[in-house]
Amino acid sequence: MINHIIEMFSYTFLVKAIIIGILVSLCCALLGVVLVLKRYAMIGDGLSHVSFGTLSIALALNLMPLVFSIPIVIVVAFLLLRIKESSKIKTDSAIALLSTSSLAIGVCATSLKGGFNIDVCNYMFGSILALSKTDLVISAVLAIVIISVFIIFYNKIFAITFDEDSSKASGMNTYFYNALIAILTALCIVVGMNLMGSMLISSLIIFPALTAMQLFKTFKKVVFTASLVSMVCFLIGIYISYVYAIPTGASVVLANLFFFLFFHMMGRVIK
Amino acid sequence: MKQIEVKQLQVFYDKKRVLTDISFDVYSKDYIAIVGDNGSGKSTLLKALLGLVPSKGMINFNVKKNEIGYLAQKDNSLKQFPASVFEVVLSGCIGQFKFFYNKHDKEKALQALKKFKIEHLKNKNFSELSGGQMQRVLLAKTLCTTKKVLVLDEPTTGLDSKTIKDFYKIIDDLNKEGITILMVTHDIEASLLHANKILHINNTMHFFDTTDKYRECEKCSLVRDMYD
Repeated sequence: MINHIIEMFSYTFLVKAIIIGILVSLCCALLGVVLVLKRYAMIGDGLSHVSFGTLSIALALNLMPLVFSIPIVIVVAFLLLRIKESSKIKTDSAIALLSTSSLAIGVCATSLKGGFNIDVCNYMFGSILALSKTDLVISAVLAIVIISVFIIFYNKIFAITFDEDSSKASGMNTYFYNALIAILTALCIVVGMNLMGSMLISSLIIFPALTAMQLFKTFKKVVFTASLVSMVCFLIGIYISYVYAIPTGASVVLANLFFFLFFHMMGRVIK
Repeated sequence: MKQIEVKQLQVFYDKKRVLTDISFDVYSKDYIAIVGDNGSGKSTLLKALLGLVPSKGMINFNVKKNEIGYLAQKDNSLKQFPASVFEVVLSGCIGQFKFFYNKHDKEKALQALKKFKIEHLKNKNFSELSGGQMQRVLLAKTLCTTKKVLVLDEPTTGLDSKTIKDFYKIIDDLNKEGITILMVTHDIEASLLHANKILHINNTMHFFDTTDKYRECEKCSLVRDMYD
């Protein structure tokens, strides 16, 4: 095992992938706690499909993928937050519509341009080989921003997540904080997609929070445990993917699933 | 001092009119019970007042938003929320321009816990409390937010009769200390006993005046009998 690990660190592209992966896992876990508790968990899923659609279009039109995707995904994140307030279409149905439509648009754009190539496949299931230096810089900046937001606004985030109405009634700008979370989630998903793939990135948002909630019952502990579990799962996932030559994204998800089941059983035993 | 002024308030839900022509004034130290049948728009009125649902008409506040504490109707989605009781109560102290809690806030949160006789639950997990305990924790949290006006939506739901008695005593004391109370309730008897004004609505204004006048009010007695 030690040999494998030493070997892994001798490849610069793997070191890059590990750093990016740890940063993205941490970001997703922090945002995930808020999204899961606010019952917005599916927003992560919807946004990842939308970013697949936009990235496919960007590839088909030879545009810069990130530059094209990020603004669109942010706009969609805002729209999804607004849907919650109007009652005609429920959020879960709206997200399902959005997910499949975006996927369809992405698939059509791809086939018009000559069918599936390796780039499109990478966007669907992730590829650590596709990670660039830009990805590293962006994920580092994003991690710094998200951690700072969580430190500075921790108490506000708690208050709004716990009871949005009473926070709003007492004059807190809940729209600002919701928008902040939406923008950060959108960024996190677009950045994490090269690594995890659009089909799998939302698991990084949902799993760690749910896993932590199986065992821990206070907000602070859930936030810390989710972050830790998320990073550990990523490391285990990338190690397994290296040893058995399976896709990184998929093995990270399986590591997360294993931890979830383990925590769930522990939770039942302790009860 | 006039704290809140409401004129010709209207609320629509999906083009259906829920509230029409609601006008009333709230003065400081008022204790107003808002009563009416199910679906008469009581909760909606509070939400419109606090800007949680869109409305037409005029609402004037002479108090700052961060001086208002609001406790919504019981919300079952909170049951699973991972938080300690103290985390919840303390979160009531957060303000518009405040990011961290100081000693004073923590003291305030402790006092609120003591008022509702739940200081022993301080380090318990919120999700493991009984319904009545949860409601008391939420009341303590709301107390931490309240500086001038306390807005409550059926706050006694799920409480046992002993706690309800304690609750009314606490609200009475707060009112005597100068806090304005606005409370949606089904409990007409308690309203007549504790409130100084009654606002009776059935999607529009039915009655708004002092409690004494409400007792003598002919058109209101019918509804009162229904509750009795």
